[in-house]
Amino acid sequence: MAKIIQRRRAVSINPLKSSAPLGAALAYLGIDGSIPLLHGSQGCTSFALVLLVRHFKETIPLQTTAMEEVATILGGSGNMEEALLNLTRRVKPRFIGIASTALVETRGEDYAGDLKLIMDRQPELAHTRVVFASTPDYAGALEDGWARAVSAVISSVVLPWSPAVTSFRQVNILPGVHQTPADIEALKDMVESFGLYPVVLPDVSGSLDGHVADAWIPTTMGGARLEEIEQMARATHTIAIGEHMRAPAELLGSLTGVPLTVFPTLTGLAPCDRLVALLSRLSGNAVPGRYRRERSQLVDAMLDGHFHFGGRRIAIGADPDLLFALSHFFAGMGAEIVAAVASTGNSPSLDAIPAETVMIGDLTDLEDAARAQGADVLVTHSHGRQAAHRLDIPLIRVGFPIFDRLGTAHTLSVGYRGTRDLIFRVANLFMGQMHDHVPADFADVLPAPIVEESSHVSPPATH
Amino acid sequence: MSESLKAKVTELFNEPGCGKNVAKGEKDRKKGCSKPLTPGAAAGGCAFDGAKIALQPIVDVVHLVHGPLACEGNGWDNRHAASSGPTLYRLGVTTDITEMDIVMGSGEKRLYKAIREVVARYAPPAVFVYSTCVPALIGDDVAAVCRHATDKLGTPCIPVNAPGFVGSKNLGNKLAGEALLDHVIGTMEPEVSTPTDINILGEYNLSGELWQIRPLLDRLGIRLHACITGDARYREVASAHRARVNMMVCSTALINVARKMEERWGIPYFEGSFYGIDDTSTALRAIAQLLVKRGAPADLPDRTEDLIASEEARAWQRLAPYRDRLAGKRVLLYTGGVKSWSIVSALQEMGMVVVGTSVRKSTDNDKKKISDLMGGDAHMVDNIPPREMYAQLRRGDADILLSGGRSQFVALKARVPWLDINQERHHAFAGYDGMVTLVRELDKSLSNPMWQQVRNPAPWEVGDIDAFLDDAPFLVPIS
Repeated sequence: MAKIIQRRRAVSINPLKSSAPLGAALAYLGIDGSIPLLHGSQGCTSFALVLLVRHFKETIPLQTTAMEEVATILGGSGNMEEALLNLTRRVKPRFIGIASTALVETRGEDYAGDLKLIMDRQPELAHTRVVFASTPDYAGALEDGWARAVSAVISSVVLPWSPAVTSFRQVNILPGVHQTPADIEALKDMVESFGLYPVVLPDVSGSLDGHVADAWIPTTMGGARLEEIEQMARATHTIAIGEHMRAPAELLGSLTGVPLTVFPTLTGLAPCDRLVALLSRLSGNAVPGRYRRERSQLVDAMLDGHFHFGGRRIAIGADPDLLFALSHFFAGMGAEIVAAVASTGNSPSLDAIPAETVMIGDLTDLEDAARAQGADVLVTHSHGRQAAHRLDIPLIRVGFPIFDRLGTAHTLSVGYRGTRDLIFRVANLFMGQMHDHVPADFADVLPAPIVEESSHVSPPATH
Repeated sequence: MSESLKAKVTELFNEPGCGKNVAKGEKDRKKGCSKPLTPGAAAGGCAFDGAKIALQPIVDVVHLVHGPLACEGNGWDNRHAASSGPTLYRLGVTTDITEMDIVMGSGEKRLYKAIREVVARYAPPAVFVYSTCVPALIGDDVAAVCRHATDKLGTPCIPVNAPGFVGSKNLGNKLAGEALLDHVIGTMEPEVSTPTDINILGEYNLSGELWQIRPLLDRLGIRLHACITGDARYREVASAHRARVNMMVCSTALINVARKMEERWGIPYFEGSFYGIDDTSTALRAIAQLLVKRGAPADLPDRTEDLIASEEARAWQRLAPYRDRLAGKRVLLYTGGVKSWSIVSALQEMGMVVVGTSVRKSTDNDKKKISDLMGGDAHMVDNIPPREMYAQLRRGDADILLSGGRSQFVALKARVPWLDINQERHHAFAGYDGMVTLVRELDKSLSNPMWQQVRNPAPWEVGDIDAFLDDAPFLVPIS
């Protein structure tokens, strides 16, 4: 059990966490024909938008209710209504996902209730599905916003189980915020190869994978389709990834009666074995030859790679579930987690991090701990670049945001293949740093000779 | 909004130095400059964003944002405002206030502690403290905390009162200027002061553009005392009131600072630009002339003319090889303010055709200049919705789009070259040297053979695969 330490500083220097509304926006971006709408000032949206664009290198549909001071004080439901009407008239999205921000939550109104009234009195909105998630910036982080948005979608879109529902060979997947489009694509592929039909919520593999369409579409293009989300009760099983997806999964379970499994991580041999075994049982099919081969390739990668992991000192800073996945990956390959910093403390994952302590803090905590512990490598998002530079150690970019690298959407780290590739990425980084040995490396082969003069020094006092 | 902030905003809307404002009637002036935002159809940053942009380039201070995480967390270390030394300004520092702070009203306490901690950790010459919407809403008195902290800690703590919801990015720029006027400029005396000292206002040293200008000034013996705020040190800004001349760039972002510095310390200012060859020369001339009036050596204008002559010649010589390659290429220019006309003239010199230029943020004066350059205002556009711009580019109305990051993907998805000329750009485009860089970048982009490849549709999308394969029979195994 890791000891969890809360930072004592009042100031956050170089934040590790991203805020909840951004996580919610990301989730809404995984729905087809969608526009996320941040209920806050235009700056709330503009900062988030710029960051999302820098990460995905894609155009991102994200709008704002443009709260100014007077609206904030008098109440924001008017702006919400106006924004919904304007969006519906202008771009006709199929789905609008509203996420509140600190600004509007500080005043504290019943926005969910307001939304109901708006939907009732505005026939124009009849063809747009609108959901609301409460995600003030001052509570939680990316994972929490993502999970709350998914819960909001589930509770307002999914049709509850009724005797009329027929179970299909369908599996629901609720990925965590740290899954890339490539991860989700690989999972879908896996489920399909067992003859099962995957319904993924949210599915950023269709919308944020970076593709060129033949027209300008002002909403998301690709992602989970509303018709399929409605029919999640048809599934025989729900797979959720990461502790932060337990609440949405349980909500889905209670609505639909579909049994669920929460995988804390899908990186590493053992978790992948569990997933493949589960899919085999659900489908009644034997494990396809392809996965036997991929498993064998992973085993081989572990054999080849372990030389480079053993004894390495790793410093990781991430959201709780990503921290869990990565720390177990590194520790499982023989490396030592010498510094672990989580963005928030509200996750049961943290207890099981394979490190002596887990600090709830920022990138400065990570930098300080990495320096004190003599870490060999820093593992965090792109904002760790300044710290890595100061520490003069390499940075492995994970999580969100990654704005100074291309192809993040296509980085795979789940499944046998993803784990295999991750081993190679990390091992290659270490191999690139290997240095040729020089005599000085062996300076301590013999103990230092005893210098004569030292005998004149009086021995230390004994007790 | 606190009474003092309200007064500030009203005062800024009534800026006598602002051409746009002066041209307005009494009634319009009262309404202020901010266009009402349309919920669900708004773009652009908030006042806090604008304030941060204007002050962040002061490189040796800590910029501390008092608010919930997102204000600083989503936006830190995101521009390429370069520093020649200190890196303190690149830290992302925030109080990251919690629900508890809001409920218990402990925001001020947290802010004071935060200031104390950064002063202890980094010993900066000053701390800039930014207020945001939530503290403004719950009534945290950031100015009072700053006063208290300045007294207790002996480090100047500068309150920047520009919460996002008071208005636009542009208003935020000006509120940042007010913070400098109220708390920074004039609070220190310079270590050195010469009759050729100037300040440049509204230049943020993006991608190092200031360093394309500085050597020109150095060569003329003109001493850049403070750039406000690109690559600035606190002390330089605090003692900027001893400079002889202010040059204001970036249209009207810091006009209030220029005008009030003239009012308080008699420093004359002019508006100029370092984008484009002509504009660079014009700016250098203006600096020299104003400096001479303020006691600089009388030969300065002549020496300036010599430098201009030789540097213009050198720039044209460097540009010449590109003329043939670029002549006739059609450019859509989508940016704001001063950059539009500065760049239009440079592109025209290369024989390029400007098929449209946006005048969203331009003043009437800017528009007049564009109209003169392009022979009428037929090509001036205000706002092009992305869908429309995509259609234009897809149709082939332009060969390249020059714009900011916001429309990057409109061009790229239409498979049309795009060059970033806004604040996130990675290349420095200022001065004579910058124009050469701009043209070189244009050429690199336009001449990339990749464009033809990505424009070709997949063969199976356009017809007979057999015909396609038979066109290159050597690639097909012989059956």
